[in-house]
Amino acid sequence: MTPFVRLDGVSKRFDTAVAADGVTLEVERGEVLALLGPSGSGKTTLLRLLAGFEQADAGRMIIDGADVGGLSPARRRCGMVFQHYALFPHLDVGENVAFGLRGKKPGGRVTVERQVAAVLALVDLAGFERRRVQELSGGQQQRVALARALAPEPRVLLLDEPLSNLDPALRERTRRELRQLIKRVGITTLFVTHEQEEAFDLGDRVAVLAAGRLDQVGTPDDLYERPASLFVATFVGRANVFRGAAAHALGGADGQIVVVRPEAFRFSEIGIPGVVKERRYTGAAAFYLVDGGRGERFEVLAAPGAARVGDRVFVEATRVLTFAEERE
Amino acid sequence: MNSGNRRGLPGALLTLLLAWLVLYPILVVVAEAARGDAIAVFLSRGGEWHALWASLWISLASVALAAAVGVPLAFLFEWLDFPGRKTLGSVIALPAVLPPFVGVIAFLFLYGESGFVARAVQHVLGLERAPWRLQGAGAILLVHAYSMYVYFYLFTRAGLAKLDASMLEAAQALAAGRWETLRRVTLPLIRPALAGAALLVFMTALGSFSAPYVFGGGFRVMTTQIVATKLNGELPLAMVETVALAGVALGGLLILRHTEGDDILVALGKGTAPRRRPIQSVGGRALATAAGWLLALLLLLPHLTLGLVSLVPYGTWTTEAVPPVLSVVNYQRLFGEPERLRPLVNSLWMAAASTAAAVALALVAGALVGRRRPGRIPWRGPIEGLLALPWALPGTVFAVALATTFSVQHPWALRWVLVGTVVLLPLGLLVRNLPLTGRAVLAGFRQLDPALEEAAASLGAGRWAAFRRVTLPLLRPALAAGASLAFVAALGDFVTAIVLYTYDNRPISIEIMSSLRLSELGVAAAFGVILMGLSALVLAVGARR
Repeated sequence: MTPFVRLDGVSKRFDTAVAADGVTLEVERGEVLALLGPSGSGKTTLLRLLAGFEQADAGRMIIDGADVGGLSPARRRCGMVFQHYALFPHLDVGENVAFGLRGKKPGGRVTVERQVAAVLALVDLAGFERRRVQELSGGQQQRVALARALAPEPRVLLLDEPLSNLDPALRERTRRELRQLIKRVGITTLFVTHEQEEAFDLGDRVAVLAAGRLDQVGTPDDLYERPASLFVATFVGRANVFRGAAAHALGGADGQIVVVRPEAFRFSEIGIPGVVKERRYTGAAAFYLVDGGRGERFEVLAAPGAARVGDRVFVEATRVLTFAEERE
Repeated sequence: MNSGNRRGLPGALLTLLLAWLVLYPILVVVAEAARGDAIAVFLSRGGEWHALWASLWISLASVALAAAVGVPLAFLFEWLDFPGRKTLGSVIALPAVLPPFVGVIAFLFLYGESGFVARAVQHVLGLERAPWRLQGAGAILLVHAYSMYVYFYLFTRAGLAKLDASMLEAAQALAAGRWETLRRVTLPLIRPALAGAALLVFMTALGSFSAPYVFGGGFRVMTTQIVATKLNGELPLAMVETVALAGVALGGLLILRHTEGDDILVALGKGTAPRRRPIQSVGGRALATAAGWLLALLLLLPHLTLGLVSLVPYGTWTTEAVPPVLSVVNYQRLFGEPERLRPLVNSLWMAAASTAAAVALALVAGALVGRRRPGRIPWRGPIEGLLALPWALPGTVFAVALATTFSVQHPWALRWVLVGTVVLLPLGLLVRNLPLTGRAVLAGFRQLDPALEEAAASLGAGRWAAFRRVTLPLLRPALAAGASLAFVAALGDFVTAIVLYTYDNRPISIEIMSSLRLSELGVAAAFGVILMGLSALVLAVGARR
């Protein structure tokens, strides 16, 4: 099957910083892809390149078999939800949603009104047409932005940090609703986030970006279990990083870096000796901060009663990830 | 960046157009001034130095006087509470709706040697002649203080409103007394506001023409000196004078800009403004209220005087303390005789045309370089600088510059003969309007969230549709504010008109002046009232959200 969205060697440079460095990426029809990375990794730039707000310096972008690189944003048919929603303050909710419908369909006002009502119902805001956008809550504004982007029936939905503007309490519920909605519409979606939990929860696959480069694309399990780079290993999930002699002790070859997840450590009779410095209780388990001497500190996830602060312990790794020493 | 190159050409074209409008005429004047022996003549004449020095010290004294009136008033209205505070607070900005020339006329009717106050004093004391003559530097400063304290009042109030109460409380908790807090915390924090007001008053006073023209008598400042020299036919000397005045203006601008500093309050974000303290003692409240209303009356007197004088029929008021006959005959004549109505029509069309053109140019400038965008925007600096330049130079300078530039037919040098045509005055008004519309529109563009236009684009709106359906509606308040200020300034203009008008496009201010010459005080006042009313109306419409 040919991919629905394809980025081929896309590069973009701003004055001095590289925002996209030869990114090649494929998204299947109906798939939800998360673009995950720290701030400044170029994930938003990638979204803006696809939407047409920025011009790529090199590379091709293909949507549904057609190169969209030369098209203006107005003709790309990408629905975009902005980080701060960018709702038009001079228009009411209905007019905001109808903005992209004008002059598109024959049938005039009645059709448009019916479509607006349908899309608002889809995001659970039926009857909100004549409300002012300023009087809506953050969550409602986000749904209006979503409805506005979906109304013209775009080919791709682009979401820029869709949940970052919401209260933490509201975020989880909204995330669930967003996932259900996207699946119900069945639209191919790319969304940007810097939170791993969000990316894992919403994305069918996750693309990890660092400094404009695409480090790895895969399912959440792939990324966590089989990270392709040290960066992915440390950025996705918690990780203890060992270099030099300590890496050697854990079975790493010369010049290798060894990464151990906290849950891949266990207290034992053999292994690395250390002293428990801190214990952080999380309910089902506890994190133990173990000092292995020579400034070596690492985290162990174990049963709540496995050790006490001050205990001398041995720690054994059940599973390690190894990476070549990074150059540069 | 790709889009940067695409925007480069229109930006260059706009820069050239603006440079031709506002910079080229100044350069022409400088070139003319450097020719011949005019500079030597200027340097050798004592009168020239007197006028230049007078311009400078009058401007500095105006700053001091306006601050002395405006700053305490601002503290009073922002920090204390007393009966009538709200009403008085808006009355206090009333001098702003009085066009400069009309204000001067009102002062003439009120405090001039045959004005109401002089007549009253003469009557009460039984004097033979008027007790004083309103003339010279004192008279000019009186008018300046009256019309320019508003800047200090408004700027200081805005600065005080931005203060964070907890900052003042922190000072008090650190055992600073009330005066110490004022000196060490409050004043340093509102310094940018004070410096901004000082700059505005200095530039306005330096360019002030109406007050020195009417009240100066033998006392010349540079603006009146230039016009007098030009009327004498000593054109090269007038050029040198113009350049000298421009030099003083730019020098003052640079020095005052330097003292302004950055607005640190913006960086700190806004807190809650200090609560107003009600005046506790009964006597204090009564005193504050009485003083407040007295002040309001004082501020309103010029407006009331104009209204009253406009009702005095020609030749009915001679030596009486108050006019014996009142009627609306002046207004009837104004609206009844087409030839009398002409100036009003002229002023309206010229103000409308110059404002529309200035708004259009500002919109183009905003669309090209006004948006928030990362990276360098080509031509932004030159365009913003050229739009602001007419503000930095007195109106007389620009009027003379335009009159000089467009007095010869040299199409290859982009100079045509426009002197004596009805085009030149609106062109001058357009140049004067550019800073007002430019500032408002550029600020509007800067407040625009770039994501809104991107959202429109991603929803299928092309560049023009996005501009029409999103950008323009969002800019409406800024456009209305800029356009109304520009329209009012052009409507009440006197400085530019006296140099550039022709009989066919004579505006209201010129007509007021000729009515005064013919001693038709009532007609002059009636025109003043109309101008005042129109200004207030337009400003009110422009400020509506």
